Amino acid sequence: MFDLYGRGWQMLEGGLVTVQLCLTVLPFMIILGLLGASAKLSRYKALRIIGESYTVIIRGIPELLVILLIYFGGTIAIQNLAELIGGEAVRVDIPAFWSGVAALALVQGAFASEVFRAAMQSIPLGQIEAATACGMTPTQIFIRIKLPQLWRFALPGLNNLFQVLIKDTALISVVGVEEVLRKAAVGAGTEKAPFTFYLVAMAMFLAFTTVSLFVFNRLEKRASRGIARA
Amino acid sequence: MRIGQARNNKNFQQGTFYLDMSTNIPALKVEGMFKSFGEHEVLKGIDLTANTGDVISIIGSSGSGKSTFLRCINLLETPNSGAVHVHGELIKMRELKDGSQEPADKKQLQRIRTKLAMVFQSFNLWSHLTILENVIEAPVHVLGIPKKEAIERADALLHKVGMYERRDYYPGHISGGQQQRAAIARALAIEPEVLLFDEPTSALDPELVGEVLHVMTGLAEEGRTMLVVTHEMGFAKGVSSHVMYLHQGRVEEFGAPKEIFENPKSERMKQFLQRDF
Repeated sequence: MFDLYGRGWQMLEGGLVTVQLCLTVLPFMIILGLLGASAKLSRYKALRIIGESYTVIIRGIPELLVILLIYFGGTIAIQNLAELIGGEAVRVDIPAFWSGVAALALVQGAFASEVFRAAMQSIPLGQIEAATACGMTPTQIFIRIKLPQLWRFALPGLNNLFQVLIKDTALISVVGVEEVLRKAAVGAGTEKAPFTFYLVAMAMFLAFTTVSLFVFNRLEKRASRGIARA
Repeated sequence: MRIGQARNNKNFQQGTFYLDMSTNIPALKVEGMFKSFGEHEVLKGIDLTANTGDVISIIGSSGSGKSTFLRCINLLETPNSGAVHVHGELIKMRELKDGSQEPADKKQLQRIRTKLAMVFQSFNLWSHLTILENVIEAPVHVLGIPKKEAIERADALLHKVGMYERRDYYPGHISGGQQQRAAIARALAIEPEVLLFDEPTSALDPELVGEVLHVMTGLAEEGRTMLVVTHEMGFAKGVSSHVMYLHQGRVEEFGAPKEIFENPKSERMKQFLQRDF
């Protein structure tokens, strides 16, 4: 296809890393989001405070800062911890990829917890009462009644978040993860062809977001089976 | 024990219901039920005994506490005090420090709730499940009945309420009357001892009320034990075995429909009956 000064293959590798990043963050983002939402809606005040603080703090600081904090700060924190336990100086490195995953999951999880909280509150109370009245346990109600309907209300919001997530992976290039933007920057610098490389990076991101949109739209359609035609 | 046998009897599935006259244990007994929402006292000591086969209509103007009473029986609302016995078994409650109470044994409560099926004003079918899936949900996941058997029973019940042809529809695609009939099938599916109806026709368009009342009348004739909070005076008068008139959280009148409607003792009941329905 494109030769791209012999770097076409490099760009594809970068694309693969971007996709890996997104798909690795996704489950953590969903779990953190569900936990955050459950904490916010909890009966217990302590949990509500934890849930609220999590979203207020994380949503209030730049993603880039979180990435740097985890990559550099996290390394030192773990080293100190290891020294405290082991008693001698250790050198620990958090792999850039995983510190990036942790940072993005933390950030997107905070946004997702807002999406899930709203979704949980959208499930008609009467349906929960009907489940309670026929003897279902709270866990059964969550798994059989709430969770399947949660998707319907949460998917549009998650669709948005996943778009943002795809684009935010570019930020991880600052800690040296070889994803699309990093590869493009290197190519642009060495080959003195910034326009070409950044244009290719742009096209790749657009391709990812388009595929994501398509998949989410399909999921949304599936999740709203049986809902009255508006 | 006998009721337990009746619940498992094959005949049950074909729609005939065993009347157990040999025992004197009431299907449902409520004693001294009080309930307040904040300062407002909604129920001021209500007693009720429903024997197997009784169809008790609970009537009264809005705010009289009739829906709250029904919801306190299966503990969708927690009464401040009062005892509920379901076929002789007391729902265990535990007193809290502030004087209120809560269910003491969650497992027992969940088990007893399967004997008290509820039909709601706004149907409350689970919108992500088809009609058939709605009906088999509790039998399969609460009672642990094999899916194949649950479907067979569900089909019979859906035939009974005239919803078999719509078993694969989602609740959002059918009319209110159809949804309520499906909700009744869902309630019947757990083979309850007592059916609780909370204003089952109040959310329906007038032309759809009849089909739901028709199903309910059929159930009454089968000998099911039913508590029906309703504004349908025709049903209360013509179908129920007893009528309970609530006024401001108290039982103002209780008795056979004939005597209550033709010979109301209290002034308030007389006024209530003079209203247009």
